[in-house]
Amino acid sequence: MADVAIQQKTELFGKKERRLLTDPFNDNNPITVQVLGICSALAVTSALKPSVVMAIGVILVTAFSNLFISLLRKGIPGRIRMIVQLTVIAALVTVVEQTLKTFQFDLYKQLSVYIGLIITNCIVMGRLEAYAMANKPWQSFLDGLGNGLGYGIILVFVAFCRELLGKGQLFGYQVLGDWYMGNSLMLAPPAAMFIIGLMIWVQRARNPKLIDVS
Amino acid sequence: MDKESNVYTISYAVVMTVLVAVSLAFVSTSWKAKQIFNQQLASKIDILKAVGLADVEKAEASAVFDDRIESLVLSVDMQVIEGAVPAVDIDMFRETKLDPKDQRYPLYVYKHGGQTRYIIPMYGNGLWDKIWGYVALKEDMATIIGISMDHRAETPGLGAEIKDNPGDYNDPFIGKSIYDASGKYVSVAMKKGKLDNPDHQIDGITGATITSDGVTIMLYEDIQAYLPYFDQLKNAQ
Repeated sequence: MADVAIQQKTELFGKKERRLLTDPFNDNNPITVQVLGICSALAVTSALKPSVVMAIGVILVTAFSNLFISLLRKGIPGRIRMIVQLTVIAALVTVVEQTLKTFQFDLYKQLSVYIGLIITNCIVMGRLEAYAMANKPWQSFLDGLGNGLGYGIILVFVAFCRELLGKGQLFGYQVLGDWYMGNSLMLAPPAAMFIIGLMIWVQRARNPKLIDVS
Repeated sequence: MDKESNVYTISYAVVMTVLVAVSLAFVSTSWKAKQIFNQQLASKIDILKAVGLADVEKAEASAVFDDRIESLVLSVDMQVIEGAVPAVDIDMFRETKLDPKDQRYPLYVYKHGGQTRYIIPMYGNGLWDKIWGYVALKEDMATIIGISMDHRAETPGLGAEIKDNPGDYNDPFIGKSIYDASGKYVSVAMKKGKLDNPDHQIDGITGATITSDGVTIMLYEDIQAYLPYFDQLKNAQ
């Protein structure tokens, strides 16, 4: 009995499965390595709160769209597979939006436009095409979760820098004293570009796997 | 069955579309009532904010609103429409698309503790999307006593300050008159740079000129629409 339990566990969270979750944090980060999902990373990151909600929304959508597409993968006709993928993504995003509208109306008002934009986030469709169409549901779910997290962590980091330097606040609370003069540039979208650029630079300099040998 | 045949592809598409449509329609209709309630509550809270009741608890807002505020719906010639739909249900953005003679104008009258405030709903455009708000006038129907604003998609930290930073961009409106010394209607503007007429201007938002201009236009046009009604009230006094 105990052997069976261990067997189960290693299958659920084996080495391969753990890599699915952790790879997107560094070696295969959707934003800094694959350079996907940049538009929303620029748009929502001027404050922490919308970024966190956006990250949660994307994590849910990537994880569950990966799961559903993987479940359906054997039946999806090849010629309309992208349309089917998009339908699943759009349906999930609509559910997220309706949930916020019903239970978190203030956040919904703040985020309504951006929530709709999850549909166009290349990361979601990229994972469906690259992974979920060819892998089992559980692995696909983890892959979606990992990529959503990899995206979210960058989003939150960028938002942290921008809100702190732009307004001296975190989550809307003043953390720097009156001496700090907010830098409006940090609140404008180009600031996210600079921060992401710097992150890519640091990451590439430190991670030997990403050094371009050519 | 051949997965790549036309029949399979078309049936797959049809079944999938119908299933997704039905389930989304189910989600949407089952939450509809709660969503409308949320929308109305948000409007009521904004209206209370305009008369300086920013700290009313969310749970009590509806009761306070119903107790102290009378909602009127006016026709285009500024007559009260009896038995109209509740004023908070009127979607002004939809209303402005109607034939001008069919447009309705909601007005809220706050009465409490011997004070009367006239609260005018405002609707306009910011940089990215719609902006809206409420401006409250004192008994004299000329002095602004409070203002609250909201927006759909203004830039956080810039245009969004009309909502997030009431201390800098709502409070300065308080005490300003919408008429100049000669009694001409001039409204109150948000102005970039140095104020040349500080009695009728407040400092605009740095980096959000288009949002500031949107607020100026919204205030000017939407207060102006109600002036004939205020004239009627003044004449009746």
